[in-house]
Amino acid sequence: MTVTIEARDVTFSFGETQALRGASLAVEAGEIVAVMGPSGSGKSTLLHCLAGILVPDSGEVRFGDVRLDTLGEAERSALRRDRFGFVFQFGQLVPELTAAENVALPLLLGGVRRGPALRSARAWFERLGLGGLEHRRSGELSGGQAQRVALARGLVARPQVLFADEPTGALDSLTGEEVMDLLVDTAREQGTTVVLVTHEPRVAAYADREVVVRDGRVNAPAGVGS
Amino acid sequence: MTVPLTLLGLLEREPSHGYDLKRDYDTFFGRGKPLPYGQVYSTLSRLARDGKVVVSDVEPGAGPDRKRYVITDRGATEVEHWLTEPVEPEPHLQTVLFAKVVLALMLGRPAEEYLDTQRAAHLRRMRELTEVKRAGGLVDVMLADHGLYHLEADLRWIEMAGARLDALRKAVRR
Ligand SMILES: Nc1ncnc2c1ncn2[C@@H]1O[C@H](COP(=O)(O)OP(=O)(O)OP(=O)(O)O)[C@@H](O)[C@H]1O
Ligand SMILES: [Mg+2]
Repeated sequence: MTVTIEARDVTFSFGETQALRGASLAVEAGEIVAVMGPSGSGKSTLLHCLAGILVPDSGEVRFGDVRLDTLGEAERSALRRDRFGFVFQFGQLVPELTAAENVALPLLLGGVRRGPALRSARAWFERLGLGGLEHRRSGELSGGQAQRVALARGLVARPQVLFADEPTGALDSLTGEEVMDLLVDTAREQGTTVVLVTHEPRVAAYADREVVVRDGRVNAPAGVGS
Repeated sequence: MTVPLTLLGLLEREPSHGYDLKRDYDTFFGRGKPLPYGQVYSTLSRLARDGKVVVSDVEPGAGPDRKRYVITDRGATEVEHWLTEPVEPEPHLQTVLFAKVVLALMLGRPAEEYLDTQRAAHLRRMRELTEVKRAGGLVDVMLADHGLYHLEADLRWIEMAGARLDALRKAVRR
């Protein structure tokens, strides 16, 4: 198996606060890894470093053969747009756009023309159980519907890696499971690697394995090679 | 404990042969742990001895598999009672976890490592149950969920124990 995304001995501070203190994590192609750990332990910071949103103070971040930590902002931003997908806790849809336009956004930003982009986007709605809601704006969707739209937006461009930070955090158990079923099914089908931050064990149980972040470091579970 | 009452409950739907009871038990309740025929028939004969079922329609010279069992009033009363009685809340596993953590701390052994190992074991089981859910029908989903919620409760306790280990160490060491 080839390693898709990897952090080696990464440190990162917000001013005085040391959020990461030598965090290492290697995720293989097609793997779904849950990142668990207490609040404030550095999970989101690690995800942002892996995704090239934050640049570590020291250590390395690799995406395949590419060193993300030494790339400039423009190159990282292009990489995020072309290779990565994102889903966050509160969907973060663009309120001015319709649900279908929100899903199409990564394609539009990637240079796909409006017609084909919207056609690809609309194809997601039936499968998400959201048929008929294509023209709603995000304010007119329930939390669970908005989160499914956000998931479709994260996956529509067939990213190599999906970064998900508490994607079910704002949902009830049943809706959360629907979102996770969809996430796992689609990731498997597309061969997408997933880094899934969650503090919920039932969500982590959808992953192939889990790691625990504590005090800015990553612990692989005992008895399992990391 | 629950096998006799579950078989009685199944008999309350309609009089049945032993093999029908076994099939339904395995489908709904056995889940990976089928009931041996021997246990089905020994349970039924004990229920008959205690007057909770009676045998009807014995075909001449027939073996145990040709008997049809019918629930009695006494059996039905017992089922009704059992179904309305709450189960004694018994968090066994938690007690074992608790004993291990406290003893490890008393003996100066690495309780953190034990908790990490236990968390990994729990999550492994939760992954298996999640697979069962994703592959199965609604009955599997509900059964697996019961296990998942219990394991999750243990995990929450494991996180709390991990966060309070230093304080607990002080509290239990002489
Ligand atoms: N923008 C920021 N400015 C200053 N400090 C920050 C910022 N973001 C995070 N931190 C600090 O960095 C540490 C790690 O935060 P991080 O968000 O990575 O934790 P987390 O594990 O994702 O927690 P949670 O489960 O609560 O989301 C914390 O101490 C947090 O207070
Ligand atoms: Mg976070």
